[in-house]
Amino acid sequence: MSARKAVVAMSGGVDSSVAAATLVEAGYEVTGIMLKLWKGEAANTDSGCCNVGAAEDARRVADTLGIPFYVLNLAERFEETVIKDFHQSYASGRTPNPCVRCNQWIKFDALFDRAMALGADILATGHYARVEHREGLFRMLRGHDVRKDQSYVLWMMSQHQLARTAFPVGEHDKAETRRIARELGLRTAAKPDSQEICFVKSGDFDAYVDDHMAAATRPGPIVDQDGRLLGEHRGIGRYTVGQRKGLGISLGVPVYVTGLDADANVVVVGSRDHLAVSELSLEEVSFIGETPGSGSRVLVQHRAHGEAAAASFHPRGPGLAQLIYNDPVEAVAPGQSAALYEASAPEELIGGGIISATAAAAAVA
Amino acid sequence: MHYLDHAATTPVLPEVKDAMLPFLEDDFGNPSSVHAAGRRAKQGVEDARDRIANAVDAHPAEIVFTGGGTDADNLALKGSAYKLRGNGNHIVTTAFEHHGVLGPLEWLGSQGFDVTTIQVGSSGVVDPGEIAGATGKATVLVSVMTVNNEIGTIQPIAEIVQAVKQANPNSLVHTDAVQALGNIPVNLHAWGVDLAAFAAHKVGGPKGVGALFVRSGVALESVTHGGGQERGLRSGTLNVPGIAGFGVAAEIAAKEVDEKQDRLRTMRARLLEGIKDSIPDVVVNGDLERRVAGNLNVCIPHAEGQIMLLLLDQAGIACSSGSACASGAMDPSHVLLAIGVAKALARGSLRFSLGRASTDEDVEAVLAVLPDVVAQARRVAA
Repeated sequence: MSARKAVVAMSGGVDSSVAAATLVEAGYEVTGIMLKLWKGEAANTDSGCCNVGAAEDARRVADTLGIPFYVLNLAERFEETVIKDFHQSYASGRTPNPCVRCNQWIKFDALFDRAMALGADILATGHYARVEHREGLFRMLRGHDVRKDQSYVLWMMSQHQLARTAFPVGEHDKAETRRIARELGLRTAAKPDSQEICFVKSGDFDAYVDDHMAAATRPGPIVDQDGRLLGEHRGIGRYTVGQRKGLGISLGVPVYVTGLDADANVVVVGSRDHLAVSELSLEEVSFIGETPGSGSRVLVQHRAHGEAAAASFHPRGPGLAQLIYNDPVEAVAPGQSAALYEASAPEELIGGGIISATAAAAAVA
Repeated sequence: MHYLDHAATTPVLPEVKDAMLPFLEDDFGNPSSVHAAGRRAKQGVEDARDRIANAVDAHPAEIVFTGGGTDADNLALKGSAYKLRGNGNHIVTTAFEHHGVLGPLEWLGSQGFDVTTIQVGSSGVVDPGEIAGATGKATVLVSVMTVNNEIGTIQPIAEIVQAVKQANPNSLVHTDAVQALGNIPVNLHAWGVDLAAFAAHKVGGPKGVGALFVRSGVALESVTHGGGQERGLRSGTLNVPGIAGFGVAAEIAAKEVDEKQDRLRTMRARLLEGIKDSIPDVVVNGDLERRVAGNLNVCIPHAEGQIMLLLLDQAGIACSSGSACASGAMDPSHVLLAIGVAKALARGSLRFSLGRASTDEDVEAVLAVLPDVVAQARRVAA
């Protein structure tokens, strides 16, 4: 019987390097694939992954492992999906998570399809998450290393995808991953983790907004909860719910962004109390396994490394749902992902959705 | 492995390797040195210069050794633009040139030169009248490739030179002839070009060696200053083994070109016929007849070139698709877009380039796997 084939998405970082090494060790016939996601100039900068330097690192790791390595060009697809969504979200007062969209539309769609067309049995990535097969279904669990856990950005995965997906470093903690890389002599062993949005150069978000989101740079009013004018904002794309810095307003008490009204081009601010949210409306809802029944208890996480909060789940039609928190949570922005975990097994990711609206705790009370 | 990527590079011929070895061993001298070791190296360089001049219808004194084709293009374009900038700042080129030409011209554009880029029709053959039409009083330089590297189409260089000189006798004409040598007879004096770039590794020579033909009487600025080698045009200690290999490679290329064209044309016809049998909607890019015998560039609708390329690689077949960028990714071909191929279709391009060592078995190997490769690639949603 011939070896099972794996495509490993390699970024030039230590996690995907070790993912590839782990599968080679496990006897898979491994092909390393890096994605070129940006056109032109950005591809030559050294921010994040997908640049020439990262491609060289990934290629040298592949050489060390003795596996073929290719760079696939998905720049056009990335621009038409992830970047477009990113710009539209900010222009409409939302706070998008491009990593979620990249997993949804690029890694586990465009790349997944291509990996399968190349004859792969599985696609592997360097995400810190775990897949388990139990009671006839594939389950996704948080990564073993809770500080590195990346299950949050994988809430949209399906049974079809999980059946053919592996996260080889999900069982490790980061220190172990680095140790394995060092032991194998992989040149990426000590590379720092990537943190920022990969296509925003050196994390300068303000400059990015200027260059790419003209529609979201139009100045407009900053108002308080009662609509009183407090100042002028520098374009709705520069603000996010929960933001405190850079508002240019001093009222003697801390002031936070509590809402963005894109149609009126208004930034709404308030005190910390006004950040409290008691309900979320979700769209694009999907589940990894079974859809929970109405009123089910779930744990909701609305930020990559945030705490999960208890809530009840209420389906509201195809792809739509409402979540009612047990206790209000702070600073939830439309556009963010809500990842849902099993209340009785907090390690298990069961699905999620995109937050379309929030209800302030004050208004509900 | 079945190698059908000779337009990318070619294996070094055994005769070429033999010609190089003495200069890696006993005759290691610096050709600029006065002593016997230096003289032997110098002789190797000058023998090679004679062979190359002979292969391309030029005088030995018109051959300047460079570090490759792109290096030669850079010297030709920057060297002439700067030499002639007192006469004007206008340059004419085409949209489907090699990056070795487009790159330096883009840079010259940033330095105050005005570059006119002529579009090329779907035939992939440049119209001399259009080039001449764009040539004016301020035009100091025209650059049109002899053979396109992706679609293999042969340009009417002699007619282009004639038309340009009629429009402006003072304008120089450069041609990137990297894909011409060994694929068509090269007659630089008969063509009348002022400058022509060559690369050794496309004709069974080693990588990192090239030559620029500079017609007698044409003056250039140097772009690489230093010890004044190559009559001051290209400083730097000469790559003697590489140059010696290039000399033999060029000689063989010129000698065998007619026979090779006949043989490859037959093989290509079989390749195309076989592809059409299994993939009836295949599209040939550019004029099929007016191209070098070993080139076949096709688009396969609803299939991504980069996926087909990987699948072919897995099946032991080497060919290409588009042009590789710095990261190694395949970028959409600027050549196909320049000749008007729709973007979606251009994504499905494959270039097969046959060469001296190609066999019927190579062609049959492609035909045996291509239907499956295309079917697999077509599983990927657009």
